[in-house]
Amino acid sequence: MRYGETGFDLEIDLSRGGIDRVASDPELTRLFLGGLGTNAKILWDRVPPETEPFSEDNLLIFGTGLLCGTPAPGCNRTVVSTISPQTRLMAYSMMGGFWAPELKYAGFDRVIIRGRSPELVYLWIHNDKVEIRDASHLRGLGAIESAERLRKELKEPNAQVASIGMAGENRVFYASIEQGRSSASRGGIGAVMGDKGLKAIVVRGTRDLNVARPAEFLDLCDGVLKYIKHREENPIQGVPPILAGLGSPQEMRIVDEQWHTTSFMWGNSRTRRKDFWTHEIEEKWRETQENVRTRLISCYNCPMKCGATISVPGLPTYMMKCYSKLTYTMAAFSDLDFGFRIAQRATEYGVDGFSAPQVMAFALELLEAGILTDEDFPGMPPDVEGRFFWLLDRIVRREGIGDALADGTYWAARRIGKGAEAYDHNTIKKHEQLPLKLGMLNPVYYLMYSTGEKINITQIEGQFPQEPFATREAREEFVKDWIQVPDDKFKKYYVDWEPRGEMSNPYYPTVEASCDIVDWMEKMHYVDDALGMCAGLSSFPLKPPYHIHNYPDFISAATGMDFDKDALWQSATRTRTLIRAFNVRRGMRRSDDRPPDDHWKKRFPDLEAQLLDGYYKLKGFNRDGIPTLESLHALGLDDVAEDLEQRGIYRHGQS
Amino acid sequence: MAKARKIVKSVTIVADKCNGCRACEVICSAFHAAPRYSSNNPARSRIRIVREPLRDIYLPVYAGEYTQSECTGRDKYIIDGKEYSECDFCRASCPSRDLFKEPDSGLPLKCDMCEDTPPLAKPKCVEWCLNDALIYEEREEEVDVEEVRLGDVEIGIESLIDKYGLQQVLDTVARRVKP
Repeated sequence: MRYGETGFDLEIDLSRGGIDRVASDPELTRLFLGGLGTNAKILWDRVPPETEPFSEDNLLIFGTGLLCGTPAPGCNRTVVSTISPQTRLMAYSMMGGFWAPELKYAGFDRVIIRGRSPELVYLWIHNDKVEIRDASHLRGLGAIESAERLRKELKEPNAQVASIGMAGENRVFYASIEQGRSSASRGGIGAVMGDKGLKAIVVRGTRDLNVARPAEFLDLCDGVLKYIKHREENPIQGVPPILAGLGSPQEMRIVDEQWHTTSFMWGNSRTRRKDFWTHEIEEKWRETQENVRTRLISCYNCPMKCGATISVPGLPTYMMKCYSKLTYTMAAFSDLDFGFRIAQRATEYGVDGFSAPQVMAFALELLEAGILTDEDFPGMPPDVEGRFFWLLDRIVRREGIGDALADGTYWAARRIGKGAEAYDHNTIKKHEQLPLKLGMLNPVYYLMYSTGEKINITQIEGQFPQEPFATREAREEFVKDWIQVPDDKFKKYYVDWEPRGEMSNPYYPTVEASCDIVDWMEKMHYVDDALGMCAGLSSFPLKPPYHIHNYPDFISAATGMDFDKDALWQSATRTRTLIRAFNVRRGMRRSDDRPPDDHWKKRFPDLEAQLLDGYYKLKGFNRDGIPTLESLHALGLDDVAEDLEQRGIYRHGQS
Repeated sequence: MAKARKIVKSVTIVADKCNGCRACEVICSAFHAAPRYSSNNPARSRIRIVREPLRDIYLPVYAGEYTQSECTGRDKYIIDGKEYSECDFCRASCPSRDLFKEPDSGLPLKCDMCEDTPPLAKPKCVEWCLNDALIYEEREEEVDVEEVRLGDVEIGIESLIDKYGLQQVLDTVARRVKP
C-alpha cells in the first residue's frame, strides 16, 4: 500500500485512443518526491531532445504534488510539464485550485498524455472509469464556459475541470490551461494541449487517500494552521501591505497598489510613473474593485483568500487571482475598470496574463514606430482600450497580424523584422517577464533572473526580503523570529545588508552570500513544486508556515518514507540539476542565462560574470552552465551523465 | 412536567464568510476515518459545501437524518438575487441525491459533532475553519422531560379523543378490528 500518493499513473495515448492505468515505481518517489520532480524525470526518460513542442512525441504531464489531497493545508497544486513552444525548453507551469486533489481521490497521481487526437476531445476521469469523449461541440468556446457546460452535461456539479479556450485550440504560444479560479499559464502549455486536440480534462474522485502516520501528520497540520493564524494577526512591519501577509500578494483584498503602479513599468515595460498613485486614484480604484468583487475565495483546503469572484456588470462572472488585475491595466495605460473587463475575455480565451498584455503593448509600439502600419490593423478602434480588445480577438484566432503576435514578442519580432527585434526588450529565454526596469543591479535578483529554470521571477524569489530595512536595529528585530532560515548565516547576511554604502547593492550581498541566498530561495520552490504546496504558504512570502525544518516531518509522516533535511535538500538539488540537464540537452547554455539588457540601468559585467561563476560552482555546473559529470554521479543521475557525455555536450576538459 | 438540564450543541453557519476551501470536508472525513486521520476523502464528509462559484453560492450543510423517500414538491428560494433549491439547505441523506452517503456502500452519513473521549473542545470542522464561517456554541438548556414521547399515531388518536370522546373512539376501534 502507498501512502500520501496513490501509486498509479494514467497513461493516455490520444493518437490511438489508449487508456492505461500503470503502477508507478516507489523508488521514483524517494528520488524525486512527485509533482515537478517526477514530471521532470518522466520527460527526461521519454522525450528526446529533438522532439518538437507540437508533435505526437511531446508529452503533456498533469502531475499532482506528493502531499496533494492529504490534509496538509494549502497543498493543492497541479504541475503541468511539457516542451514549451515559446522557449523550446521544459515548461512547467502550475495551478492551484481544486484539480490535483480531485485526481488523487480518483486514484491517480498524474495523467501522462502523448499523441494527438484527430478530432477535438475531452478526457473524463471518474475514479476507475476513464473515457476519451468527443468535444467538437465545445470548439471555440471559452475555457470557463466549457467547464460549466461539461459539468452540466455529465451531471457532475462537483467534478473539477482543466480546460483551454480558443487561444489553446489555435496554438497561441502563451495559451493557458484554465481551471476556474486558477490557471497554469506560463510557457504556452495550453498551446500544447490544443495541439493534442484535448479541450479539457474533467475529474471526479470519491476514494480515500491514506497517510502513513495519521496522528503525527495531523499534529503537523494543526501546527501549520496555528502558525497561519499567528502570522495573519501579526503582519510583517515595514514592508508594503501587499508583501506583509501570507498567500499570493493579496491583490484581490487590498486596493492600495502604490507599490506596483509606481515601481513597475507601464506599456511595453517602458514607462515608470512614480507619481501615478494619488488619493483620487485610490478612491476610484477602490470603488471599481469593491463594485465588481463578489467574494474573496481560496484554493482547496487553504484558509487564505488570494482569489476573488469578479462580476463586471454586463459580463459573465469569472474568477481572478493575484496580479492579472494590473497587467492589462498597466500595459494599456488604462485604469482598473478596463483591467477587470478585459481579464474576463482573456480568461475565457485562456491566455497568460503576463505575456498577452505585453505582446499587445509591443504591437502598438511597433505601429507608433512605423514598423507596422495601419494596414496591419484594419478596422482597429482609435481608443487604447478598444485596441487591446481588438488585438486580443485577433491573437487568439491567429487572424492577420494576430498570427505573428500569437507567437509572443520574441518570435513575433523576428517574423516582423524591420527592426522590431529592438522592441522585444523584456524577455528572458524568449519568455515575457514582469515589467520591471530598475536602477542599481541587485546581485541576488541578477542570479535569479539569469538562471531560474522557471523563467518567471515570482516562482523563483521569496523568503529573503527584497530590500534591506533602513536601520540595523530594524533588521535585527526582523531576524529574531526568523525560524525559516536553513542556517543562521542567512540572518547575518540580512543584518549586514545596508540600503546604501559599502554594504549595499551591487557588491553586497557578496558573490558567495548571493549564491547562498538564491540557492535557498529557489530550492524551496523546487520542494514546494514536488510536494504540490502553494508558494504562497511556503517559498514566496516572508516567514511562511512551511519551511525546510518542518517539511521533512510532513513527508515522513505522510509517506512513511523517512526523510530528513539533507535528503530533502538533495532531492530538490537532483530535480533542479535534472531540469538543467534536460534544457542543456535542448541547447541551453551560459549565453542564455541573462536578464534583459535594460533590466537595470547600472550594470557590472565583471561582477555579473563572477556571480554566474559562483552560482554554477555551487550548483555543480561547469563554466558553461552544464551539470558536471561529478555532480550528476553524486546525485545518482548516472544515466544523465552518460547521455550528456555520449551526445558530446562536454567540450574537451569541461566535464 | 419534569425539568432537566441538557447541553445543546450547535454550529452557526456564517455562509457569507465561507471562502469555499473545503477544509471542513477534508478534516471531517479524516476524523471519521478508521483508524482516526488515517485517510481522508471529502466524498465521505458529514459536512459539505454546496458550492457554485460562478453563482456565488457557498453553503456549508451538515448531514442530518436519513430519509427513506424524497420530498414531493421542492421549493425554490431566491435570496439576495441568488436562486437556491430547497435541497441546498437540506441535511437529509435522501434518495434524490448523492450527498451524505458513503460512496462505496451508499449507507447514510450523519454529523455527530465529532463525539470523542475525551470530548474535543469543538468539532474539527469548526477548528479548521480559520475564516469563522462555522461558529460552535454550547449552551445548557432547561428542557421538559416528557414521560412518554408520543408517536404520530398516538398524536392522531389523541386528537380524535379530544374531538369525539374516549368511548366513541374505543367503540369505533372495536368495530374496525377484524376477528
